[in-house]
Amino acid sequence: MATATAHPSMRDPAWTGRVFWAAVFLVLLAPALVATEFKPWIFFQADNLKVTARFVGDFFPPAFGTEFLLMVVKEAWRTIAIASAGMALALVLAIPLTLASTSILSISSLPGRMHAIPFAVRQLIRWLLILLRSIPELVWALVFVRVVGLGPAAGVLAIGLTYAGMLGKVYGEILESGEAHATTTLLRNGSGRLQAFLFGLLPQNATELTSYTVYRWECAIRSSAVLGFVGAGGLGQQMDNSMKMFNGGEVATMLVVFMLMVGLADLLSAWLRRVIQ
Amino acid sequence: MRSIARPNPWLRWDCSVCWVTLGLVILVVASFWSLDLQLSRLFSIESLKRIGRFLGELLSPNIDPSFLWKLAVASVETLAMSAVGTVIAALFGLLLAVPASKHHVADPARWRWFTRLTLNALRSIPELVWAALLLISAGLGPFAGTLALGLHTTGVLGRLFSESIENAPSGAGQALRIQGVPEGRIFLYATFPTVLPQLLSYTLYRWENNIRAAAVLGVVGGGGLGQMLAFYMGLFQMRETSSVLIAMIVLVVLVDSLSYLSRRFMVR
Repeated sequence: MATATAHPSMRDPAWTGRVFWAAVFLVLLAPALVATEFKPWIFFQADNLKVTARFVGDFFPPAFGTEFLLMVVKEAWRTIAIASAGMALALVLAIPLTLASTSILSISSLPGRMHAIPFAVRQLIRWLLILLRSIPELVWALVFVRVVGLGPAAGVLAIGLTYAGMLGKVYGEILESGEAHATTTLLRNGSGRLQAFLFGLLPQNATELTSYTVYRWECAIRSSAVLGFVGAGGLGQQMDNSMKMFNGGEVATMLVVFMLMVGLADLLSAWLRRVIQ
Repeated sequence: MRSIARPNPWLRWDCSVCWVTLGLVILVVASFWSLDLQLSRLFSIESLKRIGRFLGELLSPNIDPSFLWKLAVASVETLAMSAVGTVIAALFGLLLAVPASKHHVADPARWRWFTRLTLNALRSIPELVWAALLLISAGLGPFAGTLALGLHTTGVLGRLFSESIENAPSGAGQALRIQGVPEGRIFLYATFPTVLPQLLSYTLYRWENNIRAAAVLGVVGGGGLGQMLAFYMGLFQMRETSSVLIAMIVLVVLVDSLSYLSRRFMVR
């Protein structure tokens, strides 16, 4: 490095430190490289190169048969439908769980500390939500494919359960982070918990709640495509089939359709979030 | 007092909230209608029995020491995959973020649109799809999973990095530019040190995400705990499946609580 030998005023004062930390970093990383069987050169072995070249060469031209395109569009719709149905299921589960676990809506905590039983119930619901979301949706899908068989039901249930956990947690955080004054006033003056929620808590947080839900719907579309790889139907399953048959043209078309779909969902959800602001 | 008759805001044709709600309801109804969910099959006595049996089998995990050792090895492999994948992504993300950002007002940034397009393409394909694609040339095992994580995360980090480079305070860089220092050095000695803490925090955040992703990536054959899960589930060896599931949940909960604790520690 020229800077290290140049005139003292041009020398990089932090040079030794940088070299030291880079070395420490490499030493720490080396065992990880062994554990992941990090061998980039296998890409360049002759037989490997041939298979890859054939598969990637197949990408052009992408498959454009009418029948195939119709099938792709149908499967893309199924992917969106699995995501939307899963979100609906997640909402049906998450809304009551959020209502039951929000401590702002606790009547017993109005004068001071919450009673033991409502506290325990709320804590139990929180643990349930943690359990629901800490199992990845792909694992849920694998389990449900085993139980209800291959098909979209497994995908809907997997998205429904995982996203119920995420929505429940974030809804709770949104509701508790806001101003609680209106709600507690309603509760103190004898309104029911549901009334206090509908007229105090909900109007205050409606935009934030909707915007998070729309964002999650967008994520659900992405993950519903992935769930197809374990047999939950939709675009992912077709992609998996075409990959197993080394049909590069079909894979290329489906990748493009998938990217368009995700891009459209992204635009739509950005637009929706702007509209409701 | 005279009241002014006002139309109900919910019944007006330009009530955007109503239209959006109606659209969403139609979407959900159409989804349930078009998917052949066979819910009757799900809630039948036979399937409830199957769920019960499945859950019962999950309650007796295999805790044989030799099997637990295999689990530990797979967990370490999962962690290593996520770490190497994130490091690759940080390096390539930074390499792509430099041409993907407009460094100063007069910067023509000729390659900005092209690198941004590349980053978007990398980002919009999920890790799992990358892994399935890479299996063809990298073969089964953790290497494919690592590269898949690296490719997807490069897209994510590259985009975040270029945003922080563009939003960095320009004072120090501008001072060097007026002195006639070439652009490469300006980046190395002014912009990069300024944004480095932010880049590191993005990288750590993605690492946390990648640990979770790496755990399931193996389901398509990408190594780690996921590959074990798919293997034992395929063989219907439920005791081993149960142990792998528990290991996965423990790993995810551990990462979640560590990140929560470190966040709280740093905020204080």
